[in-house]
Amino acid sequence: MENLGLIFAPLFSYKLLIVLFFGTIFGLILGVLPGLGPTTGGALILPFTMTLDPLSAIVLLTAIYCAGTYGGAITAILINTPGTPAAAATCLDGYPLAQKGEAGRALGMATVSSVIGGIASVVVLIFFAPLLANLAYEFGQPEYFALAIFGLTMLASIGEGSPIKNLIAGAFGILISTVGKDFMTSIDRFTFGINELTEGIGFIPVVVGLFAISEMLTQSTLINQIFNRVALKAVKLPSIDDYKKTWKTIIRSSGIGSFIGVLPAEGGTVASLIGYAEAKRWSKKPEDFGKGSIEGIAGAEAANNAATGGAMVPTLALGIPGSATTAVILTGLIIHGVRPGPDLFREQPEFLYGIFGSMLIANILFFVLGFFGAKIFARITLVPNKLLWPMIFAVSVCGTYSLNQSIIDVWLMLLFGVIGFFMRRYGFSVVPVIIGLILGELVEGTLRQSLVIFDGNWLMFLQRPIALTFFVLSLIALSFPLIKRKKKNDKV
Amino acid sequence: MNDVHNEKGTNKSLSLFFKSSFIVSAVIIVISSILLYFTFTFDIVPPILNRGIQPATFPKALLILIIALTLLTYFISLKNPWKNEKKLPNSFYITLLSFVVFITVSKFLDFFLGIALLSIIVSYFWGERRVAYLIMVSIIFPLIVFVFFETILGLRFPPGIITNLYYG
Repeated sequence: MENLGLIFAPLFSYKLLIVLFFGTIFGLILGVLPGLGPTTGGALILPFTMTLDPLSAIVLLTAIYCAGTYGGAITAILINTPGTPAAAATCLDGYPLAQKGEAGRALGMATVSSVIGGIASVVVLIFFAPLLANLAYEFGQPEYFALAIFGLTMLASIGEGSPIKNLIAGAFGILISTVGKDFMTSIDRFTFGINELTEGIGFIPVVVGLFAISEMLTQSTLINQIFNRVALKAVKLPSIDDYKKTWKTIIRSSGIGSFIGVLPAEGGTVASLIGYAEAKRWSKKPEDFGKGSIEGIAGAEAANNAATGGAMVPTLALGIPGSATTAVILTGLIIHGVRPGPDLFREQPEFLYGIFGSMLIANILFFVLGFFGAKIFARITLVPNKLLWPMIFAVSVCGTYSLNQSIIDVWLMLLFGVIGFFMRRYGFSVVPVIIGLILGELVEGTLRQSLVIFDGNWLMFLQRPIALTFFVLSLIALSFPLIKRKKKNDKV
Repeated sequence: MNDVHNEKGTNKSLSLFFKSSFIVSAVIIVISSILLYFTFTFDIVPPILNRGIQPATFPKALLILIIALTLLTYFISLKNPWKNEKKLPNSFYITLLSFVVFITVSKFLDFFLGIALLSIIVSYFWGERRVAYLIMVSIIFPLIVFVFFETILGLRFPPGIITNLYYG
């Protein structure tokens, strides 16, 4: 708690303020453009962050994360296409309200509820992350192994789509992490005689391929799609009556979003859907939902932005990403030589609290920029895909090549782009692949070290209370979709 | 009558093989099986250097898990079929082809030329016909990105007929 004062440090650094400003603008642009979003944008900008110091680099990425999550709402409301998956629920009421000539009111509510949700989640981050980091001092190799398994099962069960398909995708991600020299014995695995693969497959080719290139292929199937764009005069602050209708929803969704965000899974999208469903359940006028309910917008937007701070909790405290974008941020931390975990809290509090403070400022900045600049950002959606995607391709190729100056990385990026396209086409989420790739080394390393400690006796895992708890939670997480399906069938 | 019935039955069983769930599951299982075969070619560590498990054990377990889960998904799909996907349009195949063009040109001729060619192919076949915009997207923008990466990040692009001219 004695470090709380450090939160305000970014306010006194003109360099960080400039980074925050540009990160917020860039995040808004990425959020507005359908198919891009903070994950792809963060991955594309990672190579550029090498020119910055570690704090500025992570501040840039977190500003993109916060603003990008909000930016998705602008497109959702004006063209009925979510700029980011997390804004999908916002379309349900945002677009109908915009069609009624109240686009400004819808955007105003989205902006205010996003800011409140975002700030509430940063408060959760500030207080909860150090507590979790302290708890992590009790963790040994078996506990970290169990935690990583828990993270993957949570991702499978509460992520988008089929849990089994999510598990397959997660296992595929871990499999990718085994390519290259085995880090314990230096034996080549899946290198097929290609020298460049002995160092393993990098994170950037996979993430840029799975997100940016696969999206480019998806867009190639939609070139004749016509968007009905609603005109926006100006963003309006919600009226007193709107606040009266929505304040409970905003508080509830902020709590839901922060909680879902903390769980190691794809937070924002799930949080917004649950936030929206709960807003409808508690509403006095549930029949208005889907027809332009202001509560629906507040419920979805407060929840998805609240997930941003929540998702940073396991990322910073345990090194377990809470979402796909935090996986990119985690990669940013690692390539800048910062190892997340309890030691980071003890040894570099100024770094951590700088991130917390920057996230608070980013939320305020996107409020101002979103409020006064939504009209300008909305115009970005007019850039035709036939010009936009070739440009994104050029940046993707050069960005991927730049990290290791390896042409193999570029080819891998294209390969993962094609894989990602078909995965999405057949209902496999690509997010578990990313999380699996990030957690792969941790899962295998901790498993093997645990087996060394246990002298090969697998049952010893069950004698560690924390590990056992995580395994039980994993089983519960895995059985959750089955229970849900059974309940649904019973109802039918 | 019987023949008609049999023919219908044959068609039904044949149609199973063309369902996306069957094709996707088959592709995953075949690729996983090939990779599983490769895990048996990994070097074996002598027991004294072995840390917990052999280097091949973990990938083997993952591949077996993937195969088992894929089979499970397939059997579930027999009860709850996957939704039918629309046929892919020509623009998709052209974009895919442009990737092949990019790989070939960047490998044998020039990296920058590869980006320029891909950009012009994609932009043109996605509907852009204005020459000025095609030039902007295929030459001017890649040039800006190229120079930015080269000067700000100190990146050295692979040699090629155009890149060599730039580097003198």
